[in-house]
Amino acid sequence: MTSIPTPGAKKLGLVIDLDTCVGCHACAVNCKEWNTSGHSAPLTDFSAYQDHPDGVWLNRVHTYEAGTGPDSRTVHFPRSCLHCEDPPCVTVCPTGASYKRAEDGIVLVNAEICIGCKLCSWACPYGAREFDEDQGVMRKCTLCIDRIYNQNLPEQERVPACVATCPARARHFGDLGDPTSAVSQLVAERGGYDLMPEMDCKPVNKYLPPRRRPAPVTPVETARAGSAAGASVLRWIDRVLSR
Amino acid sequence: MNPAFSVVLLTTASGVGYGMLAWLGVLNALRLLPSSPWFGVAAIVVALALSTVALLASTFHLGHPERAWRSISQWRTSWLSREGVMALLTYVPALGFAAAWWFAGPGTGVAAVLGLLTAACSLATVACQAMIYATLRPIRQWHHRLVLPNFLLLALFTGAVWLAAAVALDDAGAARLVAVIAVVFAVGAGVAKLAYWRQIDAAPPVATIESATGLGALGQVRMLEAPHTEENYLLREMGYAIARKHASRLRTVALATGFIAPVVLLLPGIALAALAGPVLLVLAALAAILGIYVERWLFFAEATHTVTLYYGRREAQAVARDGRA
Repeated sequence: MTSIPTPGAKKLGLVIDLDTCVGCHACAVNCKEWNTSGHSAPLTDFSAYQDHPDGVWLNRVHTYEAGTGPDSRTVHFPRSCLHCEDPPCVTVCPTGASYKRAEDGIVLVNAEICIGCKLCSWACPYGAREFDEDQGVMRKCTLCIDRIYNQNLPEQERVPACVATCPARARHFGDLGDPTSAVSQLVAERGGYDLMPEMDCKPVNKYLPPRRRPAPVTPVETARAGSAAGASVLRWIDRVLSR
Repeated sequence: MNPAFSVVLLTTASGVGYGMLAWLGVLNALRLLPSSPWFGVAAIVVALALSTVALLASTFHLGHPERAWRSISQWRTSWLSREGVMALLTYVPALGFAAAWWFAGPGTGVAAVLGLLTAACSLATVACQAMIYATLRPIRQWHHRLVLPNFLLLALFTGAVWLAAAVALDDAGAARLVAVIAVVFAVGAGVAKLAYWRQIDAAPPVATIESATGLGALGQVRMLEAPHTEENYLLREMGYAIARKHASRLRTVALATGFIAPVVLLLPGIALAALAGPVLLVLAALAAILGIYVERWLFFAEATHTVTLYYGRREAQAVARDGRA
């Protein structure tokens, strides 16, 4: 059903820390690795080992420069489905293949009934959905639904593959509908924000901004204490080196 | 947005087909069409064939055409689903209209009622189709208040030109009124299209790379490194960009072929009777569909999607649009 369910209390999602992300792409690679054999399998690749490799990825890591000059920052920016509270990709679906779960807010595609019309990928402002040309259906992040509820995995591994693998601990998974959860507190503490709020999709996933750095210290030449002879030698060396 | 052949064909052909059905229903109810049985049935069949071709074309781009029947299930939320439902519903009064025309005669009350129902269903289908595009917020050229009037006017214009040609082939004298309607709607649709182009050119982008990344507080944002070295689905489907130089040339082609040429051919076609009239009206119908095909292609090619912001397209687009890229 493509109607958006009455929002439940539980809103599972990710919190991505842009301050600590090092841009290693491990989250994207582990996402591909898990999902190409899990719920969304296969995530087809074409000419994976030749020129122009092409395939479905559910997570993409961009790198941006924010600001200009000495104050600019390099920011690595993982981009995946935000599991919006008001997902336009769900309501446009003509078949009901695209749906939002009432119980935890996860947005999923039922590949069994998807007709591959691609309208959902047009409706998503964030480019979260990629079309599987081989299977003829749409693919997207499942929040690793086959990990987070998987009774066969040890409890500490019941997190999305991208979160499990992140070496910088820049990705956090939890219930953003519960204000007392660790992720909600992190968002409150660090000023977590929504991407493109003007699209009114109300993303569940939040991004934590890079922390403010202290202003860069400009080196100041200070007169060294010491003998006058020592100072004149240094001045001579400085003159020689400045030639 | 990628101007896929199947979707461009769909919006062009369905506009002509449903526009023609709408005029057939309305003008027959007003008793302004020829009453020969052959004319009515042939015209309805041609119009239905065009919209059927459009429906079939729309399934060409599906990943699973055999599941297309599922697309009529979500009419509560999805305009695409509503379009499918209305397109299928239109067959009922349209086939009934053809049958009533043939068996009972076009002048009968049942033919008039079924004709008007056909017209209403046809225009509703076109409106649903327009709303698919008009409700997509990430694409500012589509999420625009002139998209719905543009779709309706284009359908009514192209439908009228084709109906004028069809009437002229049956009875050259009777085609005058339909041809006059076609001229009026050519001007109306052309003016609406010009207004649309003016407005999308002047409108600011709907989002920025700063709001897309949320990094605006740090200053201007630019992409340093893309997530992948090759083009992916997102860039192929949503990243299609056309240089402004080419777009403005194609706009001229669309305007000249789709709107001006039909008017130039229709006006003497109205004045001349006998052989020259029908020939000119048929030429006008062909020019209109060619020009509108270019216009529909541009509707896709000129549309920009917010996902391209993540790929740093702000600068690239500005350059491409100035024709320097």
